[in-house]
Amino acid sequence: MNIVTCIKQTFDTEAKIVIDNGQVSTQGVNLIVNPYDEYAVEESIRLKEKNGGEVVVVSVGGDKTQEALRYCLAMGADRAVLIQDPALEQADNLGCAVAMAKLISQMEYDLVFCGKEAVDDGAAQVPSMLAEKLDLPQANVLTALEIADGQATATREIDGGSEVLEMKLPAVLSAQKGLNEVRYPSLPGIMKAKRKELKVVSLADLELSAEDVAAKTELVAAELPPARKAGRVLSGEIDEMVAELVSLLKDEAKVI
Amino acid sequence: MSIVVFAEQRGGALRKITFEVISEGKRLATAAGDSLKVLLAGDNVSGLAEELKKFGPDEIAVVNSDKLADYTTESYAGVLTDYVKQENPSLVLLGHSAIGKDLAPRVTARLGAGLVSDCIEINYDGGDFSFIHPIYAGKAVATYKVNSAVKIATLRPNIFAMEEAEGAANVVDFAPEIAASRTTVKEVIQQAGDRPELTEADIICSGGRGLGNPEGFDLIEQLADALGAAVGSSRAAVDAGWRDHQAQVGQTGKVVSPNLYIACGISGAIQHLAGMGSSKCIVGINKDPEANILTVADFGIEGDLYKVVPALIEKLKEVNG
Ligand SMILES: Cc1cc2nc3c(=O)[nH]c(=O)nc-3n(C[C@H](O)[C@H](O)[C@H](O)COP(=O)(O)OP(=O)(O)OC[C@H]3O[C@@H](n4cnc5c(N)ncnc54)[C@H](O)[C@@H]3O)c2cc1C
Ligand SMILES: Nc1ncnc2c1ncn2[C@@H]1O[C@H](COP(=O)(O)O)[C@@H](O)[C@H]1O
Repeated sequence: MNIVTCIKQTFDTEAKIVIDNGQVSTQGVNLIVNPYDEYAVEESIRLKEKNGGEVVVVSVGGDKTQEALRYCLAMGADRAVLIQDPALEQADNLGCAVAMAKLISQMEYDLVFCGKEAVDDGAAQVPSMLAEKLDLPQANVLTALEIADGQATATREIDGGSEVLEMKLPAVLSAQKGLNEVRYPSLPGIMKAKRKELKVVSLADLELSAEDVAAKTELVAAELPPARKAGRVLSGEIDEMVAELVSLLKDEAKVI
Repeated sequence: MSIVVFAEQRGGALRKITFEVISEGKRLATAAGDSLKVLLAGDNVSGLAEELKKFGPDEIAVVNSDKLADYTTESYAGVLTDYVKQENPSLVLLGHSAIGKDLAPRVTARLGAGLVSDCIEINYDGGDFSFIHPIYAGKAVATYKVNSAVKIATLRPNIFAMEEAEGAANVVDFAPEIAASRTTVKEVIQQAGDRPELTEADIICSGGRGLGNPEGFDLIEQLADALGAAVGSSRAAVDAGWRDHQAQVGQTGKVVSPNLYIACGISGAIQHLAGMGSSKCIVGINKDPEANILTVADFGIEGDLYKVVPALIEKLKEVNG
C-alpha cells in the first residue's frame, strides 16, 4: 500500500506573533510539523507497517521545510519530496494543491493523507482541493479509519456527532486529533532518516508554469487582535463572589 | 450581480449558521446593490424555503433529489458549482461548519476561484470585498483580497448577527444533473443528550485538569444544566481520557465564540485561549491566583472549583426560580 502524506511546516503553537510592516514576521520562530499532519504521518506509517508499501511525505515550502520532512522520515516515512519554487512563495492554498496534485498524479499511490487544517492559516482547504484536482473521493476530519480490500471505512467528525463514510481507494483523507497517538522519532529513526531520499523539485520539473499556481487570494495585511480589556478578579467569601458574579453576568454583561 | 448563499440543512432541518450567513449575505448585497440568492439543496426540502424567506433573499433556488438525502461532497459540490456557473455571482458564502469546510474548497478548486475560510467580518468598500480571517489561532487577524471573478468565503459560526429582512423571496426550481458520490454515508452518530453543539452554543461550561478526576465533569454538567449550556474541555482533560476529544476547545480542538465561556480548573494556556479567546464574556474559576485564565477572564474567581461551582449552581437556581 503506497501512501502520499502531505505535511506543512508551521510555527510552533507556543510562538509569539510579531507583525512587521503588516505581515507576520518569521524571525526567530521555532518551526514544527503542523500538529494535524503528525496524525496523518502516524496513520500512514501504521498502515504501511500493516500492509507493506511505502510512505512518501510531500510538502510545498522553502529551504527550512527540509527539516520538517526529515522529522517525518525519522518517524518512519520512506522518502520525501519538497516542491520548492520562487513562484510558490506567494501561492495560496489552491496553488499549493495544484502543484502537489501534479506531483502526486505522477506517482503510484493508494491513498493521499493530509492534516485536517494547518494551524497557521487555519484554512482547512488543501485536502479537498487536492481531492478535486486528483478527481478522487474525499473524507475530512477523521477520528478513525479502517482499510480492507481496497476500501476505506472512515469516521469523520461533524457538527454534533460523527458519521461513518465508505469509499473505494484511492481517496484523499484528512486527520483530526483522536485518530491515533503520535510516536516520537527514535534515535535509530533519526540516524536512518539522514540517509533517506529527500528530493527537491521545481515547478518546471512538474511541467507547471507560474500562472498555473497564481494566487487568487492575497493576504493584504495582518495585525494583532485588539487586546481584551483587563478583567476583574472578584474577592470576598464564596457566597458573596458568586452572588456578585451572577449579577454581573445578568446586568452588566447581559449574557445570562 | 448577485451574492449566492448555500443554505445548510441536515436531515431536513436548517442549521442556525444558515440564518447567520444569509443575514450577512443580505447586508453585503444591500451594500453592493446586488441581489441575494439562496441555494437550498436536499431531499424533500421545499418546505424549508418559508423559513429562509424571513431573512430577505430575492430568490431561493430549490433542488430536491433522493441523491441529496445525505450530505456527500461530490454530489453537493456538483450542485453548488452548477448553480454558481448559472448565476455568475460576485460572492458565494457558506458557513464554516463541518459541511461548509468540506464543500467550499472542493467547489473553489472546481471553479478555479479564491476562497477565504473562517471569516469573522466581510467588508464592501464600494468596489471590492475584503475578508477578515483570524490566523495563527487568533493570535493575529488578517485581511484578504480575492482576485477571481467569483469570490468564495466561509463564515465562522456564532459571530454574524441573525437579522430578519425584506426581499422578493421568489422560489424557483433548480434541476441540475446530480453526480453520483463515490463516498456513501453508512451511519450518522449523534452525540447523546440534547445539549447545544459547541460551535453554536450561547454558553459553554468547560472543565480542565483542575477537576482532578473524570467524575468532576458531573459538576460541570450540573452547571451546564443550570445555564442551558454546552460542555467543553481543555486538552489536558481530554488527554487524560475524562472527556471525548469532540469536547476539546482550543488550537487543536474547536474554535468557539459563545456569549459566555466559563472555564473551571483550566490554567488558560495559549493553545486553549486560541479556541475561546473570541468569546464575548469569559469567566475563570481557578484556585491559583497566578493562573493565566484569571488575567484574561472578564470576571475571575480565585478559589476551589469544588466550593465555587456548587455555590454558583445554587445561586443560579435561586435567581432563575
Ligand atoms: C501543539 C499543541 C496543541 C495544543 N492544543 C490545545 C487545545 O486545543 N486545547 C487545550 O486546552 N490545550 C491545548 N494544548 C495544551 C495546553 O498547552 C495545556 O497543556 C492545556 O490547555 C492545559 O490544560 P488545563 O488547563 O486543563 O490543565 P493545567 O494547565 O494543568 O491547569 C489546571 C488548572 O486547574 C487549577 N486547579 C487545580 N485544582 C483546582 C481546584 N480544585 N479548583 C480550581 N482550580 C483548580 C490549577 O491551578 C491550574 O491552573 C496544546 C498543546 C500543544 C503543544
Ligand atoms: N504547503 C503545504 N505543503 C504540504 N501540505 C500542505 C501544505 N499546505 C497545506 N497542506 C496540507 O493540507 C492540510 C490542510 O491545510 P490548510 O488547507 O492550509 O489548512 C495540512 O494539514 C497539510 O496536510
